[in-house]
Amino acid sequence: MSTIDKALEGTGKWFDDRLRVARGTRTLLRKIFPDHWSFLLGEIALYSFVILLLTGTFLTLFFKPSMTDVVYHGTYTQLDGVHMSEAYASTLNISFDVRGGLLMRQIHHWAADLFMAAIMAHMLRIFFTGAFRKPREINWLIGVTMFVLGMLEGLFGYSLPDDLLSGTGLRILEGVMLSIPIVGTYLTFFLFGGQFPGQDIIPRLYIIHVLLIPGLLLALITAHLFFMFHQKHTQMPGKGRTDQNVIGAPLYPYFAAKTGAFFFYVFGALALLSTFAQINPIWIYGPYNPSGISSGSQPDFYMGMLEGALRVWPSWSWNVLGHTFAFNVFIPALVPLGIIFTGAAIWPFLESWVTGDHREHHVLDRPRNAPTRTAIGVAAVTFYGILLLEGANDIIADQLSIPLFTITWIARFATFLGPVIAYVLTKRICLGLQRKDAHLLEHGVETGIIRQLPDGEYIEVTRPVSEDAYAVLTARASEPLPLPGPRGDDENGVPDPAARHVVGKLRLRLNRVLTENVPLPTGDGHGNGHGNGHGAPERAAVTTGDPAGPSAGPGGDGSSETP
Amino acid sequence: MSWITARRRHPAAGYAVVLLGLIAIGVVYAAVTTHGSPASAAAPAVAGQDIAVGKHIFTDYCSSCHGGLAEGTANGPSLIGVGAAAVDFQVSTGRMPAKENGAENPRKPPVLNMRETHQVAAYIASLGGGPAIPAPEQVTPVGANAGLGQELFITDCAQCHNFTGAGGALTEGKFAPALTRSTPTQIYEAMLTGPEAMPVFDDTTITPSQKRDIIAYVTQVRSVPNPGGFSLGRIGPVTEGLVVWFGGMGLLVFAALWITARRRES
Amino acid sequence: MSGTGDTPYNLPPTGSGPAGAEETRAPHRVIGTPSPAQQHLLLADGDEEAPPPAPRELPADPEDPVKAKRAERAVAACFIIATLAGFGFIVAYIGIGVHGINSTLRSNLALGTTLSVSLLGLAAGATIWVRNLMPQVELTEARKPLASSEKDRQEFAETFTESTEASQFVKRPIVRRTLIAATLPLALAPVVLLRDMGPMPGTSLRHTVWRKGMRLLVYGPNTPIRAADFSSPGGMITVVPDGYQQDLDALAKATTIIIKFAPGELQPPTVMNWTVENIVAYSKICTHVGCPAALYEETTHHILCPCHQSTFDAPRGATVLFGPAARPLPQLPITTDAQGYLVAQSDFHEPVGPSFWERG
Repeated sequence: MSTIDKALEGTGKWFDDRLRVARGTRTLLRKIFPDHWSFLLGEIALYSFVILLLTGTFLTLFFKPSMTDVVYHGTYTQLDGVHMSEAYASTLNISFDVRGGLLMRQIHHWAADLFMAAIMAHMLRIFFTGAFRKPREINWLIGVTMFVLGMLEGLFGYSLPDDLLSGTGLRILEGVMLSIPIVGTYLTFFLFGGQFPGQDIIPRLYIIHVLLIPGLLLALITAHLFFMFHQKHTQMPGKGRTDQNVIGAPLYPYFAAKTGAFFFYVFGALALLSTFAQINPIWIYGPYNPSGISSGSQPDFYMGMLEGALRVWPSWSWNVLGHTFAFNVFIPALVPLGIIFTGAAIWPFLESWVTGDHREHHVLDRPRNAPTRTAIGVAAVTFYGILLLEGANDIIADQLSIPLFTITWIARFATFLGPVIAYVLTKRICLGLQRKDAHLLEHGVETGIIRQLPDGEYIEVTRPVSEDAYAVLTARASEPLPLPGPRGDDENGVPDPAARHVVGKLRLRLNRVLTENVPLPTGDGHGNGHGNGHGAPERAAVTTGDPAGPSAGPGGDGSSETP
Repeated sequence: MSWITARRRHPAAGYAVVLLGLIAIGVVYAAVTTHGSPASAAAPAVAGQDIAVGKHIFTDYCSSCHGGLAEGTANGPSLIGVGAAAVDFQVSTGRMPAKENGAENPRKPPVLNMRETHQVAAYIASLGGGPAIPAPEQVTPVGANAGLGQELFITDCAQCHNFTGAGGALTEGKFAPALTRSTPTQIYEAMLTGPEAMPVFDDTTITPSQKRDIIAYVTQVRSVPNPGGFSLGRIGPVTEGLVVWFGGMGLLVFAALWITARRRES
Repeated sequence: MSGTGDTPYNLPPTGSGPAGAEETRAPHRVIGTPSPAQQHLLLADGDEEAPPPAPRELPADPEDPVKAKRAERAVAACFIIATLAGFGFIVAYIGIGVHGINSTLRSNLALGTTLSVSLLGLAAGATIWVRNLMPQVELTEARKPLASSEKDRQEFAETFTESTEASQFVKRPIVRRTLIAATLPLALAPVVLLRDMGPMPGTSLRHTVWRKGMRLLVYGPNTPIRAADFSSPGGMITVVPDGYQQDLDALAKATTIIIKFAPGELQPPTVMNWTVENIVAYSKICTHVGCPAALYEETTHHILCPCHQSTFDAPRGATVLFGPAARPLPQLPITTDAQGYLVAQSDFHEPVGPSFWERG
C-alpha cells in the first residue's frame, strides 16, 4: 500500500467510522474555486484577523488594563519620574522589556490597519462587480456589519495603551457623546463611569476589545464564509462561464495551497512592515493627560472620515428652552458615515427594486457594464475620501504649505461637488469603455498589417477577437434588466399600473438611469476584415436598453463582409 | 587620430559631453560663489567695538526693512527692546535677513557668521535692552530632568510643535517649525523671546532650570532611535495609513496577482 | 443527485462566437458524482474484487518534467531559506536581549527580519509549487438553483405547520400572550443591570473645581505664579487649580490658560473685571469636543485648537472666529492674593467644555 492508502486506512477510517465524512469531504475536496486576484482581497482581511487573534493573545499576557496612577522608572528613561496609568506603563514594558514584545505590538497594529484596508478594498470589489446581488445579500449585510465592528474594534484597541494621541481620541468620543440630544450626558457618564477620564474606561474598552467584539466578529466571519461556501463563489465573466456552473480549480490541492501561500504572504508582509516601519510609538506620545495635546493629532485612517467631518462642519448650534442642540458635533459624527453605511446596507435591495431583477447572479459584472452603479460607487468613495483628507488637513497644510483654513473651505465645497463630478466622469468613462468594447467586437483586433486594395485604398487588416476575449466582451447576461416600456404603456396604450403613482414613476426614472448602456453590436461579431475608418468615426449610441424605445443600433457601417 | 576623436561617434559620446559640462559648471559655480557673507566690513573686532561693528552690519543687512535706527518701517517691526537673544535667534537660524515678506520666515542657512551675529545682537541690545543671549551653562541639557521637560513640553509646546517637535500648521499660512535642527541656545532663546507667532515664555514663567529640562527633552527625544523601524516622519497615523495602503495592500495585491496568474502553455 | 458523469474530456458549452485563434489550455473536464466503480478503498467492504481503474479527473504530474524539476529546486530553495530564517528567529530571541532602546531596536530588527524571511520564503515556495509543480487544470462544477424544490418546500411547510399546530402556540392566544409578557421583563433585565455603570450626571458638568482664592499653578512644576512674574506681553502658560494637579478628572475640566496682553489690547466682550494687569484666563478645554485648545498665536492673538481648528479671538473674550466650535472659551475670573500670586475669584460662570443637552 502507498503512503496515501495507509493514511486513509488508518486515520481516515478512524474518523469516518465515527462521523461518516467520506462523501461530504469528497465533495469538499473537489469543490471548485474560481480564480481571480481580486477574490483574494477578502482573504487579506480574514488572515489579518487570524493574525490579530494570535498577536493579540500574546499581548494580553502582558498588558494591564488599569488606569491606576504609577510613576515610571523603567527602561525608557525620557519618561523617568513621569506619572502615567498602569496601562501605559505596561505597554512601555511590552515594548522595551519583553523580547519580541515590540514586534508583536507592531504586527498587531499593522494587522488592524490592514484588516480595515482589506475590508474596504474587498467591499469595493464586491460592489463594483455586483457580487452583492441575489443570492448574496445576506453576506453583504454581514460584511457591512463587520466593517462597523472592525472600526469600533480598532478604535477601542488603539485606545487601550492610554497614550496622549489615543486618549485625545477618547476625549473627542466623550465630546461627541455629550452632544447627543436627551441621552447624551447619561450615555457618557455610563460609559466612562462618571466624569472624563475616570478610572473605568480602559478596563471596559479592554473587555469589549478582547472578548465581545472578537466573539461577534468570529461568529460573523464564520457565517460569512459558510454562506460563501454554500452558495459557491462567484466568477468573472469568461468563456464557458454561466450562472449555472463554476469553473476553476478544486479545493484540494489547488485552492488550499494558494490560500495557504497567501496566508504566509499576509503574515510575511505584516512582519516586514513591523520590522521596518514603526507604528504607534506610544513612548513618543507620552501618557494621556487632558491638559496636553499635539498638533497633527489624527486617529487611525479608518476613523479619519469622522475626524474630517468634525473639522469641516461649520459651527451650527441652537440653544432653546435651556437645551442645546449641538449640530456642530452630532451631525458630522452621525450623518456622513450614516449615509455611507445606510446606503451600503440598503443598496442590494434598492438596486433589485429599481431593476426589477430577481434572478440569481453568479457571474460577476465588469464594472464598465454597470455604469451607473460604478459611478455611484466612485461618488461614494470620493465623498469618503474628501472627508478623510480633511481629517489630515493640518498635516497637509504643514507639508504642502497650504493655508489651514483654505483647505477646510475647499473641503466644505468639495464634499458636495466632488461626488457629483466623480459620478459624471466615471459614468462617461464607463460608457466610453463600453463603446471601445463594442468597437472591438464589431471591427476586430488590429493586426498591424497594411494591405492595399485593388482600387488603391489602404486598409489595416483586423482579426476577430479570441474566444476568451469574445466571451468576456459579450458578457452582458448578468446586467440589470430594464423594466418594460418607455412609459409603461402596453400595446393598447394602457399605462402600466406600477407607473401611476409617485413611487412607481420614480422607479421607472431610476430604472432608465441605472440601465443606461451601450448596446452590443448586432452583427455576428465577425469583423469586416477591411478595417475601420471608412468615413466618419463610428459611435455606438447610448441607449437605455428599451426594447420598444428608439434603439439606435451600433452606428457606423454595419456591413460585415467576410475577408 | 587621438582616442577622443576616434570615439566622437560613440553612442555615449553625447551623454559624456553633457555630463562633463555639468560638472564643469558646478565646479566653476562653487568656486565663484561663497557661503556666508561676502565682503562685509569685518575688521577684526575687539569686544568694545562690537556695537560699532554691529551697527555697521545692521545698516548693511537689516535697516532696509527695520529702519536706519531699528525704529521699524512698514516692512519690518521695531527692534528696540527686543534684546540680543531675539537677534541671535533670528539671525543664527537664518530667518533673518528675511528673503521676502511672507506669512512666516522659515529657517534657512544663516547669512552672518556667529561673531557677526553677536555683534549685531550687541548693537540692538544697546538700543533698548531686552533679554540677553544665554550662556552655554544656562542651556546645557546635562543634568536636567527630561521627565519634567516632557510634561512641560506636552502641556505648552506640543500643541504647535507636535509630540517630538516635528512641527505643525498654524493659521493663515504660518507654521510652527520642526525642532530637529535647533541648538539648545536657539531653543532657549525662542522660548525667551517668542519669535513671530510663538508666545513668550519668560524666565519667570518658565524658570531657567525648567527651560533646561525642556531642552533636555527636545534634544533627547529627537535623537532617540526608532526601535520599531523607520519613523515615517513621527507624525502619526496619517503616514501609517498611507504606508498600509500603498505598502501593505500594494505588496499583497502583487502577491495575489502572482498566485492567480494563469500560466501560458508555451 | 444525478451528475453528468460524462466522458472526462467534454469541453464546456462554447459561446456562439466565431472559431478564431484558440489559446491552448489545460484539458477541461466536467466533474460529476463518482460511479460505483470509483468507490475508494476507504469504504472497502472487503470482498469485492478490485474495480476497473476509473478515468482520472486530475492528472498526476505537470506537463513539462524539465520545468517541473527546476521548479522543484526553486521551491526547495525557498523552503530551506525559510527554515534557516526560522531557526534564526529562535536564535535571535535567545541571543538578543532588550531593556534598552538600542537593544530593542536590534532585537526588533533581528526578530522581524528572520520572521519575515521565514514567512515570505514559505509563501514564495508555496506559490511556485502550486503554479509550476501542480498540473494545470480547469474543472467545471454544476450549480443548482439555490431555492429548494417545490416538493421540499411543500414538505417543510407541512411539517412546520403540523408542529406549530401541535404546539398550540397559535391556537391558544392566552398562553402565547402571557409567554411574551413573561419574557419581556427578562429581556429588559440586562439593560436595567447596566444602571450602575455610572452615576447620574446631575449638575456635575456645570461646575469645575475652581473656587474663590484657589491659586493658579503652572502645570508641570506645579508652582504658583505672581502676576508680576507673568509680565511679558505675548506670554501664555497653562495653569491648573492648586490641590488638583494630580487629579486628571478635575484637570479635564479645570485646565486653564493665562495670556498676558499689552495695555489696551483686551476688548469687550472680555470681562475686564475678571482680568488682572492685562492677564486674562480662559478655559483650555475647547467648547467643540473637549481637546485642549492651546495653540496661541502671539501675532494674531488667535487661540487655535489643534484637533479640529476651532479658532478663538483671545483679546475679545475668546469669541469663535472659525471652525466648528459654537461657543467662546469660558473666561475664568482671576485676581491676585495678598502675596501677589494669581488666584481665581470664583468658578467659571458657565459650564466649560463641549456642549451638552442640558447646558442651556
